[in-house]
Amino acid sequence: MKTTWIIAKRELSSFFDSLIAFIIIILFLGFSGFFTWISGADIFMTGQASLQSFFSIAYWTLFFFIPSLTMRLIAEEKKTGTIEMLLTKAVSDRQVILGKYLATLILIIIALLFTLPWVITISRLGNIDTGGVICGYLALILMSAAYTSIGMFASSITSNQIVAFLSALFIGLFFHFIFGVIAGDMKGILGQLINSLSVNVHFESLSRGVVDSKDLIYFGSIIFLGLFLTEVSLSKRNAFK
Amino acid sequence: MDIVIENLTKRYGSQKAVDNISLKVATGEILGFLGPNGAGKTTTLKIITSFIAADEGKVYIGGKLLSDNYNELKKHIGYLSENNPLYQDMPVIDFLNFCAKIQGIETSRIHNRVNEMIRITGLKREQHKKIGELSKGYQQRVGLAQAIIHDPEILLLDEPTSGLDPNQIVEIRKLIRELGSEKTVILSTHILPEVEATCDRIFIINKGKIVADGTAESLRNQSRSSDLIKVKIEDGEPDQIYNSIKSLPSVSIVELADRKLNRFDIHCADKNVKREIFRLCVEHNWVLTEMIPFETKLEDIFHDLTMN
Repeated sequence: MKTTWIIAKRELSSFFDSLIAFIIIILFLGFSGFFTWISGADIFMTGQASLQSFFSIAYWTLFFFIPSLTMRLIAEEKKTGTIEMLLTKAVSDRQVILGKYLATLILIIIALLFTLPWVITISRLGNIDTGGVICGYLALILMSAAYTSIGMFASSITSNQIVAFLSALFIGLFFHFIFGVIAGDMKGILGQLINSLSVNVHFESLSRGVVDSKDLIYFGSIIFLGLFLTEVSLSKRNAFK
Repeated sequence: MDIVIENLTKRYGSQKAVDNISLKVATGEILGFLGPNGAGKTTTLKIITSFIAADEGKVYIGGKLLSDNYNELKKHIGYLSENNPLYQDMPVIDFLNFCAKIQGIETSRIHNRVNEMIRITGLKREQHKKIGELSKGYQQRVGLAQAIIHDPEILLLDEPTSGLDPNQIVEIRKLIRELGSEKTVILSTHILPEVEATCDRIFIINKGKIVADGTAESLRNQSRSSDLIKVKIEDGEPDQIYNSIKSLPSVSIVELADRKLNRFDIHCADKNVKREIFRLCVEHNWVLTEMIPFETKLEDIFHDLTMN
């Protein structure tokens, strides 16, 4: 656990040193803020003291930003060879993967923390559903955790960051969008099954303020599967020089 | 801790990078690991660090099977890899702190240990610079520092002196010798004088197979190329001397190197040659003014063993 934390700290400071962290936070706040407050179905148009519009915007912005954070995690170390230097030290593959995962998740949570002033502002505008807001944030964090896990896997299968980025988006697109569309055209058990694979279904139900164990298990499974596949993929390093 | 390798084989596709290698390195021994490019040196080292797995064969470190205990055994290994990959965007001192922490050095000792590494490798003035801004030689020093920071019992060095200046090479070799008195060291290199200067034993592989294993001395004895002696004999006719030396049983080839100065190059077949030349001179009342033995160079042995 201690080793995992050391790796997470290094990774986190590398996010900030390379300015990636600042750029992501600014872009995330900029995009989300623009559509929450200024344009489209913003708060003043809906006229409700609710963060629903922010959550549905963040649902998309995080989807695009997370692969850009995860793409370098392992691919870059493979490219420069530092993965060899790191893994020949007293650390296991799993500690490295968890450390990097943790660092990315912390960065996303930091970005989300910067939106707390919006919550305070809105709560002054009217009667806000505190439980709903907490659940909404929980939904965003769980979704981010799932996509980070997928992004890690995408980063572990290649030494090219662009390939890692596009693979993460491609895999993510199925969960984010395509499963829902396919399920819409289908009837019966298969349709329900595919529909239940869609992130949207679970995100909606969580952000409406209902914490269902089904949703928690769903996100937990994606996180676990992503990290597990990352470890499998990293252990297959025999072929690369 | 000793290292025992048994029948190690590693394939990349259909090509065998390492082919049935067995090797023992005792504690406190410095092994020079030689071979031309692509001979399988780096692959063997990577297998010992457990970074990659072997297809066949076993590696024991300190009597424990590596494939079952690698997470524990890795703590005792210090590894400087060939390309010396480092986090280019980290300052030297932060990087060494990170390495110290990750290798499990106690928090109270980290500061001293990092400073000691900076002193040993002469990085005092560069310690706050980013690694990517350093020259190759300085990066090599950082690589060496990260390999020995946790005082490992086994040290695997893949071309440790590449990119260093001559003074630094001498210092690093001295450091390796010092470390090697209590540690097990495998030093992979192309630089043959380096092996002679630092290693107790030499291990040569070619195309994944063992071609030689022994001390520099024993390899010379094995080698096909014979020892050379240069002599200068005065007070005699060159042709007469030439013929007499040629008839000696322990001499294989004689060359008249310089007719005016009566210099001869003698390739000897066995060790009696010096005595026989001396007796020959006494017999004929010639004056032996020079006799310089030339040992077979390690380069020649290396060439013989790896070029067929």
